[in-house]
Amino acid sequence: MTTSVVQTATPPSGRTPARSSDRSRAENRLGQKLVAPAIILMLIVTAFPMLRAIWLSVYDYSLTAPDDRSFTGVDNYVTALTDPLFWQTTGVTVLYMVVTVGIELVIGFIFAMVMHRVIFARGVVRTSILIPYGIITVVSGFAWQFAFSAQNGFVNGWLPFIGADFNWFGETPSAVIAICISEIWKTTPFMSLLLLAGLAQVSEDMIEAAKVDGATWWQRLWKVIIPNMRSAIMVAVLFRALDAYRIFDNIFVMTNGAQQTESISFLTYRQTIEQFQLGLGSALSVLLFLSVLLIAYLIIKVFRVDLAAARQEG
Amino acid sequence: MLKKMGVPLGVLVILLWCLLPVAWIISLSFKSEQSITSGNPGFFPSAGTGAGWDNYRAVWENDQFRRAIVNSIGISLIATLLSVIVATLAAYAIARLEFKGKRLVLSLALAIAMFPVVSLVGPLFDMWRAFGIYDTWPGLIIPYMSFTLPLAIWTLSAFFREIPWEMEQAAQVDGATSWQAFRKVIVPLAAPGVFTAAILTFFFAWNDFVFGISLTSTEAARPIPASLAFFVGPDPFNRPASLLAAAAVIATIPIIVIVLIFQRKIVAGLTSGAVKG
Repeated sequence: MTTSVVQTATPPSGRTPARSSDRSRAENRLGQKLVAPAIILMLIVTAFPMLRAIWLSVYDYSLTAPDDRSFTGVDNYVTALTDPLFWQTTGVTVLYMVVTVGIELVIGFIFAMVMHRVIFARGVVRTSILIPYGIITVVSGFAWQFAFSAQNGFVNGWLPFIGADFNWFGETPSAVIAICISEIWKTTPFMSLLLLAGLAQVSEDMIEAAKVDGATWWQRLWKVIIPNMRSAIMVAVLFRALDAYRIFDNIFVMTNGAQQTESISFLTYRQTIEQFQLGLGSALSVLLFLSVLLIAYLIIKVFRVDLAAARQEG
Repeated sequence: MLKKMGVPLGVLVILLWCLLPVAWIISLSFKSEQSITSGNPGFFPSAGTGAGWDNYRAVWENDQFRRAIVNSIGISLIATLLSVIVATLAAYAIARLEFKGKRLVLSLALAIAMFPVVSLVGPLFDMWRAFGIYDTWPGLIIPYMSFTLPLAIWTLSAFFREIPWEMEQAAQVDGATSWQAFRKVIVPLAAPGVFTAAILTFFFAWNDFVFGISLTSTEAARPIPASLAFFVGPDPFNRPASLLAAAAVIATIPIIVIVLIFQRKIVAGLTSGAVKG
């Protein structure tokens, strides 16, 4: 099926410098026809539900009493924004994002450097780094939850300064650490592969020249390598930060939101799917969407991320 | 000196980091259920607590889990196939044609790649029930397609930009029919990109959890990640750990097989386009 369509697409696509306007109009039409299915599919599942969420968010609407739907204006937003729980979950979510992305950036960079330099066992390294990338997040959550479990895990036994019966999921800080570790383990490979692509862009000649001029390894790293792969770093941070802000799977599996580990995604999910509060849940959905937009905007503005470079990264 | 030691040491750290949790869950899956309930700390099963293949047998005999595997494989494969077809059309247009709205497509794809999935499940839950596709395969295939399209379009358009399309005309000048030119010249060049996009799409669909738990209610369509999370009931602190571990290992096997066979292609796909600077 792919083949036949691409083939019919072939004739008008030759690139000649002087194009007749007929031809460019045909090319325009064909291009739009080819991207139409993708656009429609992407919009069905995002734009349309998002509009519906905005519409639902101004109603008091619960699936347990669907006939009692009433228009309430911004009440749902007021309820959400004045609830300390909303701000607490937002705070925890930002904490998850900052901690995981920060640590992943450092570890991911070290991994990328190793993968860039390694000559022997290249296949083995790449294969093993792709396993956390491909593994189901829920499985990673289980693996780490059991690892941290006082009853059946090994972490307490291996860490010298922690008692054998320490309950990691009994208090907020340790539960957050456990969740972050699972998240970091699972997503560092993605970060390091994006950084590896950036490392490959840095010219070896430049590093060699710095070496000849007497720059130490540390100076070469900070003055030559990192500035030259800035756009790759920023794109990796942008992608991962927005991904980390949506953290959900690990929390669901490891604590189910207990001990104030709930993220904003988890709160939204609980309101809509578990408690059937579609009105309030939709208001939370809209707020979640707006906060993701805000974070994307801030990262792009503050770090001046070049999105043209982002497009190249895939 | 440090440089000489650094790389092998780094390799060792990477291997340990990546494989330790995998080894742990495999080890857990061989601990017996009784020893887990009474508490069995430590990395390896201690003496007399090994269960052999019992956990795997129990998981395999569980109808719910078998259904989930069938669902996951079916849904992920169909979503991957359809998504790659749609993405190939779009990526071809982006890489080769000049048309209005090209930037719009790319921005839209970027925006969707960053979309908070959870903020959609409420309205989708409602919509899917109205359309009658709640708790069915299409109910999951459609969102999977939409969310894998951005990655597939980007990967494919980066690959397609690299293809020397003039070769097709060169073949035609040399006397090949346009079908032959396409079949013998373009398809072999484009195949690796299509393939990479397919693998990355499959990973996404296989991994998805949010749609899996929100848009299904029975084993009619519930995929593996959702099924794993519901395997045990409500208490997250008291699970049949070794059974779950065995189920998790089974769910991971397809991923490991794909990684082992296609490692080179996946890395190329994730870093595609960036290398050329």
